[in-house]
Order: sequence, then C-alpha cells, then structure tokens
Amino acid sequence: MKLNKEQLLDMFSKMVLIRQFETRVKKSFADGDIPGFIHLSAGQEAIAVGCITNLREDDYIVSHHRGHGHLIAKGGNINFMMAELYGKKTGYCKGKGGSMHLADMDINMLGAHGIVGSTVTISTGAGLSAKLRKSGQVTLCFLGDGASNTGRFHEGINLAAIWDLPIVIIIENNFYAEATSIFYSTRLKKLSDRAIAYGIPGETIDSNDVLEIYEKVGKAIDRARKGKGPSLIEIQTYRHFGHEEGDTETYKKKSEIEAWLKKEPIELLKRRLIKDGILTEKEAERINQKMKNEVEEAVKFAKESPYPEPEETLEDVYA
Amino acid sequence: MRILTYREAIIEALKEEMERDPSIFIMGEDIGEHWQGSVKEFEGLWPKFGAERIRETPISETAFLGCAIGAAMTGMRPIANVMFASFLGVPMDEIFSQVTKMRYMFGGKTKMPVTIMCLSGGGMNAAAQHSVCLEGMLMSVPGLKMVSPSTPYDAKGLLKSAIRDDNPVIFFQNLFLTISGFKGEVPENDYTIPLGEAVIRNEGDDVTVVAIGNMVHTALSAAGKLKQENISLEVVDPRCMAPLDEKTIIESVKKTGKIVILDEEPKIGSAASEIAAIIAEQAIEYLDAPVKRVCAPNTPIPFSPPLEKYWLPDENKLIEAIHSII
Ligand SMILES: Cc1ncc(C[n+]2csc(CCOP(=O)(O)OP(=O)(O)O)c2C)c(N)n1
Repeated sequence: MKLNKEQLLDMFSKMVLIRQFETRVKKSFADGDIPGFIHLSAGQEAIAVGCITNLREDDYIVSHHRGHGHLIAKGGNINFMMAELYGKKTGYCKGKGGSMHLADMDINMLGAHGIVGSTVTISTGAGLSAKLRKSGQVTLCFLGDGASNTGRFHEGINLAAIWDLPIVIIIENNFYAEATSIFYSTRLKKLSDRAIAYGIPGETIDSNDVLEIYEKVGKAIDRARKGKGPSLIEIQTYRHFGHEEGDTETYKKKSEIEAWLKKEPIELLKRRLIKDGILTEKEAERINQKMKNEVEEAVKFAKESPYPEPEETLEDVYA
Repeated sequence: MRILTYREAIIEALKEEMERDPSIFIMGEDIGEHWQGSVKEFEGLWPKFGAERIRETPISETAFLGCAIGAAMTGMRPIANVMFASFLGVPMDEIFSQVTKMRYMFGGKTKMPVTIMCLSGGGMNAAAQHSVCLEGMLMSVPGLKMVSPSTPYDAKGLLKSAIRDDNPVIFFQNLFLTISGFKGEVPENDYTIPLGEAVIRNEGDDVTVVAIGNMVHTALSAAGKLKQENISLEVVDPRCMAPLDEKTIIESVKKTGKIVILDEEPKIGSAASEIAAIIAEQAIEYLDAPVKRVCAPNTPIPFSPPLEKYWLPDENKLIEAIHSII
C-alpha cells in the first residue's frame, strides 16, 4: 500500500485538476454560461482522491450532488463533464443530466444522484451484484453529513451489514447541509458512531490529509474485498464555497473559514511532497498551469459543442 | 389445457425465469424459508433456489428497492417484492425519482431491468392500508411500465415479459385473484405476452367496457347478464396501463360509439380518467353518448364488508352506467 513517487504526484495532479475544474466552473456559472444548480466541492478534494486512489479500475463509485471531484478522481473525461454542465450534446449524458447527474458507466461511476441519501441504497445494490457475481468488486458510496440523517442511510447500512456487502460508505462531513449545521441536526459528536447501531466498523478521520484518508479508507476497502462486509467512515472537511453557486454563506463564521483554510488539502499535500523531496515549488506551479490549460480546453470543447436537438428530449426514456 | 390458479401461474413464471437466467433474484420481506410470501405467493421458490436468490430482507422497502436499482445498473435482474401495492408509498421516491429517471438523466447509458411485484386491489376486507390500486397515480410517471393481469394465463406471460424487460415494470398481482384461488388455463410451454397489448375478452357491438385488473371479471359477468336484454358489450382488458394500448381501445369505441371505464380506484386522477381523456382527444367524434367512468368514491377503501361492498365498483353500478347511455 506504500505509494511511490509517481502515484503521489498523480494524486497531487488529480486534486489540482479538481480544484481548477471547480474554479473554472464557478466562473462559467457567474458568466451565465452554465445553467441550473452547481454544487462545488473545492476544499474537499482530499476525500475524492484519497478514497478513489485505492480502487481497482472495475470497482464502483456512487456519487451525490457534489460529485465533480469523484468523477475526476475515478478517471472521468473533463471535456465530457464540462460539456454536460453546459447542457451540450457531447456531454456525458447528452445534456439530459447536468451537474447533479454526471455518470460514466464505462468506468463504473454509477452516477451522481440528486436525491440526498439515495447513494447508500444504490450502493448496496452494486455491492450485492458484485457479491452475487463473485467479481471481487468493491463499491465506494459517498454522501454528505446531512444525508446521514435520512432514513435510507440507516436502512441501507443495515442491509449492507446483514449481507456483508463489499461496500465502504464515506460521509463527507463538511459540517453543513445547505445552511443547516450538523451540530444542529444531530446530537452525535462523531457521525461514524452511527456504525455502532449496525454492528459494523466506524471511523472518523478529522483531517484534510489525503494520505491519511488513502491509508484508512484503503483498510476498509481491503476488508470489504475480503468479504468481511461494509464500513462507515466519516471524513471531516470543508467546502470553500457556498452550498451552491449564488449562496451568500451568511451562516459561516469568519474564524471558522480561516481555520479551515489553514488545513487546505492541496497545500497540505504540496508542503508534504516538497518536504519529502518529491515535488518542487516550480514543478507544483507547472502542474497547476497544466491542469488549468486542460480545463480551458474542456471549456473550449463545451462551448464549441452543439446543443442537443430539441426532439432528443423524447429519447432515452425506455430501453 | 392445464388449469392453474392465478397464484400458481405467477410462481411458475418466476421459477422458469429464474432457471433460465441466473442474474434474476428476488428481494422482499418474508419470502423465504418460513412464509414464502405473506399469502404464499412465492411458495416453492425458496426450497428450489435458496436464500441467495430468494433474498429475505428486513422491513426496509426503501433499502431494497434502492438496492435493486444498484443491482440492475451492474448487470443483475432484480425483482423487488413490496408485498402490498399500498406499501409503494414507502419507496415511492425510488420509483418516481430514481429507477424511472436514471436512464434518461444519464443520456440512455444505463438500463433498469427492475421488476417490482406487489399485491393490489380490494375485495378482501384488508382495509385502507392494504387494498389500494395505484395505476392512475403511477401512469403519470414517465419511464415506468406496469401490468395488471386478470387471468392466470396473462399473469404468467406478462410476468415473464416484465422480468425480461430492460425497464422498471410494476407487476400488480391482484390480491383477490391470488387469495380466492382464481383458476384458468395455462399452457405448459414457455410463452410471453408483449407489454402494451390489450386483449378483447368479449366481442360486442353496443358498448365498450374497458375494465382493469379484477374488474375484468365484473365486466364479463355484466356482459352475460346484458345479453339477455340484447345489449352486447365489448370488454377490453388493457392488461398493461403503461404502455397503454390506446389503439385497441379507440378501435373498439369506433365500433360501438359508447364507452364505460370500470376501474377500482377513486375516480379523480384514476386510470379511468386518463382513458376518458384519451377518448375525448382522439375519438370524440365517434361517440354517441358521454364517456362514463365507474370508479370508487374519493375516499380511502373502508374495512367493514358492507362498506367495502358499497365502495367497490360492481356489476350493478356498471349495468346502471350502461343503461344510462344506451
Ligand atoms: C431527499 C432530498 N431532500 C432535500 C434535498 C435538497 N438538498 C440538496 S443538497 C442538500 C444538503 C445536503 O447536505 P449534505 O448531505 O451534508 O451534503 P453537502 O451538500 O454538504 O455536500 C439538500 C437539503 C435533496 N436534494 N434531496
């Protein structure tokens, strides 16, 4: 499980790519180029990359409304992503899904899902399917802290637990559900304590450290792959932007924002890699610029792509 | 031909399909070892296929319907048994927002071969929380198919088609026909019935009666009685409410010029209402009389036998409606 230099740099690059993608999407949205609702995950990159780097190519992920980072970490194509956000025909979902429903079945990314909490039960299905087919595939399920208050979270984990399904459930605790603080919406101090109710391991990772996340989630994935059943992992993090674009974030305290910016995940990894002699400032800047350029290419691809024909509205209802 | 009960025909369809395709499995409460279905509607399957494929679940309709979605997206053909149609309210989000929308939202890049089975309809004094028919409400959900078989033959053939279909299909197993041991001819051979093809149960010239589910038998009985008055009914059984065979219904109305729709749902927003609208839109010039809907009143279904009897559409109400337009 020890990561070599190449893997570490790949993780760094992916995190930077997610950040650049999100930053650019923010701009395109403000420019009025991207319609609908946009939920950015900037600040949470360590989770997407730390968790997903552990996966085999044929493993599944199920993502939620804040899912751009997950798809990028799984190897998604940012041109198709951006085109989908722009509502273009060349997008991942031919312009029918948008930001909240990005999916790539070719790389077993089973979709972003806009109904909060639904990822848990859908993951049990992918897990059961893998188990019945004896494929050895693991499913990573992402949900937010707010989603862990829904009924289906509890039913889903219970089902996964009694059937020893090969899934790992990741609560991305960014402390807010829209504007509602998790300190208001539950009495629990640690959301991973919810695992106790289902007799499965639960763990809280209270850092934005991608390597710690990689290692701890890796253990849960191994456990799942060995047929020992699901785990619940809460990872604490912070979204840099509002719940959705346009959110004025009146509910966040200034001191809180400052404290979290000190634990900024990309900076954290960068300093670590520089200290270990794996990366230099200059190389980091080069990677940053490279990812920026790739994102600009994606924007260009999206802008130049055609919209779907109106009649395509009627397609894809039934198989 | 061989005679089977409605229940046996359904079990036989499940058994044959599960033998044919190892990716099919069933999930639900109390479908395994001890009960094999709350009204024995899965009898014999657990001994044959075991706990892996006849998968008992905790009471968590949301979880196992969601689970069916994930399984369907990853190569399986799950059947989720929600026991009673009345319980569909619990995983309704999985139905109207998830299983039926995912293919579309993902630009056609996934299939959703999920079959949802449930016991549907009144007549057993099971009261308001165990007796509903939901066809009308669910017809407004794009991406969903649903079947409401009225005979053992149809139940077997339509269930096989539902399981083989790559879309979400709700199979409304009629509660009354299941418990009452309703019998009919079922051939030995493997057959399917295409989803979306109505059948004419009785040919006639005077009035078209479109009847849904168990109401088909009420309509047929009325047809027998009215024959003595020289009124001939054409009884159309749509079998699938989605996709709905509009053509057969419209053709029949063109022939008779009169239509009564018999549907065991409260009238407002019922399947009958949708059919009435289709006739108004596409065949109004063929009508010699107003469209009639014989439905339940707009209340929950009551428990006490005289109340349930009053509530359910029946032969007398149907005959009365026919007399009013003839
Ligand atoms: C079932 C459901 N209820 C409400 C919403 C509206 N909604 C969208 S995101 C969100 C907050 C989710 O919070 P959390 O799960 O913590 O994820 P985060 O947005 O913080 O990443 C809400 C309430 C929804 N999409 N689905």
